[in-house]
Amino acid sequence: MLTFCISSLPCPPPHASIAMDSNSQSNYKLSKTEKKFLRKQIKARHTLLRHEGIETVSYATQSLVVANGGLGNGVSRNQLLPVLEKYGLVDALLMPPHKPYSFVRYRTAEEAKKAYVTLNGKEIVDDLGQKILLYLNFVEKAQWKELGLQALPPGLMVVEEIISSEDEKMLLESINWTEDIDNQNVQKYLKHRRVKHFGYEFHYENNNVDKDMPLPGGLPGICDSFLEKWLKEGFIKHKPDQLTVNQYEPGHGIPAHIDTHSAFEDEIVSLSLGSEIVMDFKHPDGVTVPVMLPRRSLLVMTGESRYLWMHGITPRKFDTVQASKGLQSGIITSDVGDLTLSKRGMRTSFTFRKVRQTPCNCSYPLVCDSQMKETPPSFPESAREASQLEQDYVHRVYEEIAEHFSSTRHTPWPRVVEFLKSLPCGSLVADVGCGNGKYLGVNKELYMIGCDRSQKLVDICRERCFQALVCDALAVPLCSGSCDACISIAVIHHFSTAERRVAALQELVRLLRPGGQALVYVWAMEQEYNKKKSKYLRENRISQGKEEGTSSDTAMPELLVEQVPNVGSRDSECCVSSVTDLPEGGHKARTVTNAKLPVHTNRTSFPSQDLLVPWHHQGNPGEGKPGHPAGAHDPGPVFHRYYHVFCEGELEATCQTLNSVSILQSYYDQGNWCVILQKV
Amino acid sequence: MKLLTHNLLSSHVRGVGPRGFPLRLQATEVRINPVEFNPDFVARMIPKVEWAALLEAAETLHLVEVPKGPIEGYEHDEKFLRQMHHVLLEVDVLEGTLQCPESGRLFPISRGIPNMLLSDEETET
Repeated sequence: MLTFCISSLPCPPPHASIAMDSNSQSNYKLSKTEKKFLRKQIKARHTLLRHEGIETVSYATQSLVVANGGLGNGVSRNQLLPVLEKYGLVDALLMPPHKPYSFVRYRTAEEAKKAYVTLNGKEIVDDLGQKILLYLNFVEKAQWKELGLQALPPGLMVVEEIISSEDEKMLLESINWTEDIDNQNVQKYLKHRRVKHFGYEFHYENNNVDKDMPLPGGLPGICDSFLEKWLKEGFIKHKPDQLTVNQYEPGHGIPAHIDTHSAFEDEIVSLSLGSEIVMDFKHPDGVTVPVMLPRRSLLVMTGESRYLWMHGITPRKFDTVQASKGLQSGIITSDVGDLTLSKRGMRTSFTFRKVRQTPCNCSYPLVCDSQMKETPPSFPESAREASQLEQDYVHRVYEEIAEHFSSTRHTPWPRVVEFLKSLPCGSLVADVGCGNGKYLGVNKELYMIGCDRSQKLVDICRERCFQALVCDALAVPLCSGSCDACISIAVIHHFSTAERRVAALQELVRLLRPGGQALVYVWAMEQEYNKKKSKYLRENRISQGKEEGTSSDTAMPELLVEQVPNVGSRDSECCVSSVTDLPEGGHKARTVTNAKLPVHTNRTSFPSQDLLVPWHHQGNPGEGKPGHPAGAHDPGPVFHRYYHVFCEGELEATCQTLNSVSILQSYYDQGNWCVILQKV
Repeated sequence: MKLLTHNLLSSHVRGVGPRGFPLRLQATEVRINPVEFNPDFVARMIPKVEWAALLEAAETLHLVEVPKGPIEGYEHDEKFLRQMHHVLLEVDVLEGTLQCPESGRLFPISRGIPNMLLSDEETET
C-alpha cells in the first residue's frame, strides 16, 4: 500500500510507535499535535522503505523526501515549490510521475533542516482542493531514475553496417513481391504490412508454425553466405531455418508482441533494409524503450529481450529520434532538448528464427506458452458457475493484489468527487465496492460507510480511519431506505451474468431512501468516444520522464487498469488476429456456450464484452533499489480479473429494468459509462 | 465500528427481512477515539437515529450519559449534541460480535471491521 495517512481526523495510534523514535529530539515534552505529526512522519518513513525501497536517514542532509507531496496524489510542481522555497534555495525538486512523494534538495543541510522542522504536518491544498498534510524525512540523495532508460533490454544487441549497400540492394531485389499466388513461398497482406515466409509458414491464427510441414525450398540460397558469416563472427549461435520477410511502408507497423516461446529457439535476429526504423520494446512492468534500428543493421534478441519483452513498431510516418545521434543505433531517450523527427522510408526486414523442436524451458514461465498450465475459464452458464467465476477471477484476485492495487489508487475521479461534494451535510452514504476507500474521505460533511468483498482492501480503509465492512454487493447488510446516497464505482462490471448485474444494482436501490441518489460507474466497451481515445488507451505508451521529469498530468483520474501493458500471454502478433476476429458489430450478447473467456491485451480496445484482464503484480516491493520503482525488474505473477465491459446504452437499459428508480443522468467519463439514479 | 454504523446495520441472512434489525452487539474491546465536534453534522444525524437500537447498543457497552431520545430544541442544545456526538462517533468497537436477532447468525468484528460475508447458501433466494 502506498498511502500516507492524510486524514486530519485523529487516528488510533499504532501500538508501538507512541514510544517514539530514538532519533527524535525528545529532550523536551512534545505537545499532543507534535506527537501526532511525529507519529505520521515515522509512519511515512516506514511506508517509503517498505513499499518503495526509499531509505530515509535520521541525520540532517541537504535532501528530503516529501511524503504526500507528489504528482501521484495531485500535488503539482507549482504548488509545492513555493512552499519549499520559503525555507531556502531549492537546488532541485524531483517529482516522479505517478508517485505520492517527491524529493527536494536544498543548497545546504541547514535549509533542509529548517524545512524539515517547519513543514512536517503542514497542510497544503492539492489540485482538487483537498487538504493534504506533508510529512518530511531526510534522505542521503535526492534521486530518481526511470528504470531502463539508460540501457537496452538485457540480451538485445544491434550490429550496425552488418552488410554492404550492394548486398542490401541484392537482398531487396531477391524478394519478388509480384509473383503468383500459387508460388511455394507464402505471401500475405496483413493489416499494416506485407509478409512472406520461407522455411516454415508462420500461422497468424495460432502464432505458431507447423513443424511437420516445412515449406519446399527452405531459406533463399542468397541468405546462406550471410548466415554463415554471422555464425563465424559470433553474432549468432544457431543457424536459423525460418525466415519471415516483412515490408513496411511509412505509416505501417506491427503490434507489440513476444514471439511464441514454443515456436522458436532463444535467438531471433532481424536485418533492417531500405530504411531505418524505431522499434519499441516494452517490459511487462510498463517500461518502454524505443530503439533505433539503422538501415543495414542486425537486431539480435536473446534471453530476456526475446522471452520477456514485447517488441513492436508503432504505425506512423515519422519517428521521434535524437538529433545529436543522427541515425545511430541505440535508445531514444526523452531528453526534450534533443528530439527531432525522422521521416520513415520503405523498410524491409528479414527476420531469421530457428524452429524449436522441444517445449520451451525458459526462465519466464509467466509468459511461456510451454509452461502455462491453466486453461482459461469459460463463460458461466448457471448462477453457481457465475458465483464461482467471480470467486476465482474477482474476489480471490483482489485479495491477492490488494496492496499493490491500492498503491495505484490514490487519485479520486473528479466527477465522483463532484457528486459526493454536492450532497448535503450529514448525508448517510454507502460506497459499495469501496476498494481502498479513496472516496470515503473526500467530503468530511458526510457519514460514509464503505464496504468491499476484499478483507485486505477493507483493512486498508480501516487503517485510514474510515468506517468500512466486509460484505458482498449482492447482500449489503444495511437497512433498506437508510442511505441518502450510494456510490458504486467500477464494481458492477465484475458480475458475470446480466441477472447478477441487475441484482447488484437493485441492491443499491434498496439501500436508498425515497429521493436518494446512486452514482454508478462501469467500464465501457468503447474506449474511444466522440473520436477521443480514453486515458486507458492513451497511456499505452508509458511516458519516458527523464531524470527530473515533471508530468503535470495529475488532475486526470487514474485508470481502472494500470500502467502495465500485457506481456502477451496469448503470444506473438496476437493483436493482428484478435482485431480481425472481431465480429461485425461485436456488441451482441454472447450466445456461444462454453466459450473460453478471452484474455485482454492491456491498453488496447476490447475484443469482446466478457473477458479477463491481466494484472501484473509487482512482488516484494521493498526490495527495489532506492530511487527505483519498486521491484520494477522483478516481474511478479500475472492475475486475471473477470470483467463485463458495458456497451453504449447497456447500463441505462439495465437500470430501466430496476424497480422504483429513475435515471436522472447518464454520461461517459474517461472510458466509463455512468448513471445517476434516483429512488422514487 | 462506530455506533452510528451499527445503527444502520441489518442482518441480510435469507428470509429474515426487517426482523434482522437491530444486530445484537457484544464487544470485547472498545476504544474512545476523539473526533472533532461538528454540531450541525450531529444535529442532522438525530432524526435518522433508530433510538431503540442505539440505546440497546449503548447499554451493552455500559455507556453513561446517553440521551434517551431527541429533546425539544436539540439543534441548539450543545450538551445534548456533544453527548450524541460522543455516543455516535467517538465510541469505536474494535473486537466483538454482531448477532442476527432472527436467525442467530454471528458476525465477527475484528480490528474494528465487521465481517458480514455470507455463504451462497445463506443468501440464495
